[in-house]
Amino acid sequence: MTNSIHDMGGMHGFGPVEAEPDEPVFHEAWEGRVLAMQRAMGFTRLWTIDGGRASMEVLPPATYLAASYYQRWFLGLERRVVAHGLVGADEIAAGHALRPGRRLNRKLTPADVPNTLTRGNFERPSAAPARFSEGDRVRTANLNPQTHTRLPRYARGKTGTVEAIRGCHVYPDSAALGAGDDPQWLYTVVFTARELWGEAVDPAVSVSIEAFEPYLAPA
Amino acid sequence: MAADDHPHSHSHSQDHGSELSDLQLRVRALETILTEKGYVDPAALDQIIEGCETKIGPHNGARIVARAWGDPEFKRRLLADATEAANSLGYVSPVGSHLIALENTPQTHHMVVCTLCSCYPWEVLGLPPVWYKSAPYRSRAVIDPKGVLAEFGVALPSDTAIRIWDSTAETRFLVVPIRPEGTEGWTEERLAELVTRDSMVGTGLAKAPAP
Repeated sequence: MTNSIHDMGGMHGFGPVEAEPDEPVFHEAWEGRVLAMQRAMGFTRLWTIDGGRASMEVLPPATYLAASYYQRWFLGLERRVVAHGLVGADEIAAGHALRPGRRLNRKLTPADVPNTLTRGNFERPSAAPARFSEGDRVRTANLNPQTHTRLPRYARGKTGTVEAIRGCHVYPDSAALGAGDDPQWLYTVVFTARELWGEAVDPAVSVSIEAFEPYLAPA
Repeated sequence: MAADDHPHSHSHSQDHGSELSDLQLRVRALETILTEKGYVDPAALDQIIEGCETKIGPHNGARIVARAWGDPEFKRRLLADATEAANSLGYVSPVGSHLIALENTPQTHHMVVCTLCSCYPWEVLGLPPVWYKSAPYRSRAVIDPKGVLAEFGVALPSDTAIRIWDSTAETRFLVVPIRPEGTEGWTEERLAELVTRDSMVGTGLAKAPAP
């Protein structure tokens, strides 16, 4: 969902940032199991990284805030395996399998693991040349879809400058729906903090987002 | 520990404990189901965890930064295409597409956030710390970066511009901190010890050499 609690940029009231000295990679063993299950099930390509994000964004805001990071991953993964028909709700309730599994196109084996420690490539061939060039002034869309988007609320309807073209990439707004890659040009667009937050803020601050072409119009 | 991650940890520690053990049981049950149905191999899961604990991590980023500090040609390549430059070293864990290096200077300080989730260059910095994924950091980095930096003990000169990078796509950002003074002639290995994780996110500076 677009206007949900995950879209936190600019919100007040969450208190100070508290860094933990010498933080371990995982605080509890189950966190590692959740991360590993997430990676292994992602390898099946039954959903995309954006589909995974979307499944956490639909958690009720109170649940999202009360859950730790890996709890959210777990809740999202549990929902996703049921939604994709891989696991029955009766099996979740029983705590073990009640039927044989579906056949998968890809299953992660130990030999594949080294490759999962390198991020995938989301660049795709382009159908058309990039609409914008470095230095162009652009205005971001005022869009509020019910579905997944990567245009944060604080940067909608704002005017900024294209700083770089990053290539043509999988479009999250489409991929999250299972509607295909629909590749789009990706730009770094920089805004003054005053454009985003008003005249009272520090003029020496600027903020950039990575913006897909459908988010942008000429300013 | 961030406020949103363990909301009951102090006032209701017993509730918290039982909540966690319930969660542990559910996680174990899901792994059992996925294994019994033939979807995951527990040996592969073990290896993913081991890789996250040993292969990826800020030691990779520190070596990249240390090399850039001492080798102007490598720094040029790093700022042009950080994925290509990092992989050319051969001694850091392989880096995926679209890593972008941001050079901190006395004029501009870069700081990275993901307001929407937890996007982070984990090949070079490891899995993100809790604070990076927490509501306080995600909400405030874009609207109050100086306040956030102050909480990390970082005070920048008043004439340094601050640039925040919100990781809203599959590009990833590695900050190259300013090389500390008094490190002329140091080896790459010695320089790497001064490069902290936070300095490569932009919430810290590189360590000063011990006097």
